[in-house]
Amino acid sequence: MWRDTLLMAGKDLRIEARSRVALSQVAPFGIVALVLFAFALGPDRAPMVKGAPGLFWVAMLFSSVLAIQRSVSVESTDGARDGLRLSGLDPAGQFLGKTLSVAAQLLVLELVLGVGVVLLYGASIQTFWLIAVSCLLGTIGLAAAGTLYGALSAGLRIKETLLPFLLLPVVAPVLLAGTRMWQAALSGGTPANGTPWFHLLIAFDAVYLALGVVVYGPIQETA
Amino acid sequence: MTTKTIVQSPRVIWTTRIIGLLALVGTGLTVWLGLWVTPPDQTQGDLVRLVYIHPGVAWVALYLAFGLAAGCSLLYLWPRTRSLFWDRLAAASVEVGVVFNVCTLISGSIWGKPTWGVWWAWDARLTSTAVLLVLFLGYLALRRVPAEPEVRARRSAFAALFAVVDVPIVHFSVVWWKTLHQGATVLNANLSPTIHGSMAWTLLLGFVALTLAFVWMLLVRYRIGALEDYLGSGELDMALLERQSEGVVPPAPDLKAEALAPVDDAGAAPGPRAPAEVTR
Repeated sequence: MWRDTLLMAGKDLRIEARSRVALSQVAPFGIVALVLFAFALGPDRAPMVKGAPGLFWVAMLFSSVLAIQRSVSVESTDGARDGLRLSGLDPAGQFLGKTLSVAAQLLVLELVLGVGVVLLYGASIQTFWLIAVSCLLGTIGLAAAGTLYGALSAGLRIKETLLPFLLLPVVAPVLLAGTRMWQAALSGGTPANGTPWFHLLIAFDAVYLALGVVVYGPIQETA
Repeated sequence: MTTKTIVQSPRVIWTTRIIGLLALVGTGLTVWLGLWVTPPDQTQGDLVRLVYIHPGVAWVALYLAFGLAAGCSLLYLWPRTRSLFWDRLAAASVEVGVVFNVCTLISGSIWGKPTWGVWWAWDARLTSTAVLLVLFLGYLALRRVPAEPEVRARRSAFAALFAVVDVPIVHFSVVWWKTLHQGATVLNANLSPTIHGSMAWTLLLGFVALTLAFVWMLLVRYRIGALEDYLGSGELDMALLERQSEGVVPPAPDLKAEALAPVDDAGAAPGPRAPAEVTR
């Protein structure tokens, strides 16, 4: 399973390295979202700094939908999905591989958007490790849930409109937890401020990773 | 085919009618007791009358309907109990549950405006109820995507499963986020001090009536769903049958056939061909 995970993640990341869709389209989209949020909140610094954690995560959620759609669409043509099913790769490995590849791309995106939040909104990070933990756990959750829903909607012709509708309410806890951890981090909170949210993110990740490992194979039959 | 017998069985139809009648009578009684018989509350005045409806509606939507849908989806995914029966029941349950969920939010809002001063408060229960509504609206949207019944059933069951495992996480996240909703009235330890005798009975009756209304709607919706599937599969058979009998000329001289014959295959002799077509 782990070998298949790496194979799958390597394949998706190689496609990304050659096509640069995430880098040239998804990341700029995230930055555009940050700029638009700034326009919406006005030129004053105060509301922007106050809203920075939430805006960061909302931008991440929207960008992750794009990343997931890209991750699904690389296998939508030339019978690639049937080929994968025939390849004999462990479905659990396929799921973990796709999740890993999406998570890696989202982490890079978080770095870009994090720098954007600091530079554009003037937010100053006090407790760095809270940011790091929330990003890591939140990203794994987004990638796992997104990959599952991506697989579910893979065969649908109208997945572009249906996927965000299905996925975004489900990942709402990631937004809540991530925002709260960022707020603690920006206001120089102690580790205790992040503890319940830390547990929540771990639970979210565990649930969707476990679900994906178990049902990714059967889901493929629906497409 | 079991579905057909369920749908057509007179016993099922009559049971549905009786449940519907009981639900109607129960709801009527609840309205009468709630609006005219019971006294107004000391602190909340006439506003308290919403209490006879709101918790009952919420119970049906949040626990009964969505719980049933989750159970049915699991039963569908389990290979030994896989049957379109569970899929249709889950779909019917979600659809009725969504209606009750919207009613929960509306009745809660009507109560919230005079009490809290706002139509909507971002507290834990309201927020998780709203997220639940959106999750199951997604389920219904997924169901509307045209597909073979088995594919659709599988896909929907997975979607329901993914949504349901999210519910406790959403719940905890918004509980930690903020809480200002009032505590449980019925399920707390001191039932008698918080609610008056006739009020308690009306509340209970409301629960029963709304549950019966849910069961009635569920049965009717299931029946419609089954008939739709039946029609969907029957339409193809019907079309095939029509297509196959297109060339057939009835053996007895028929005014209609004679009128059609020259139009259908002009120049060809319809007479000799007819027997061959019939045997096919």
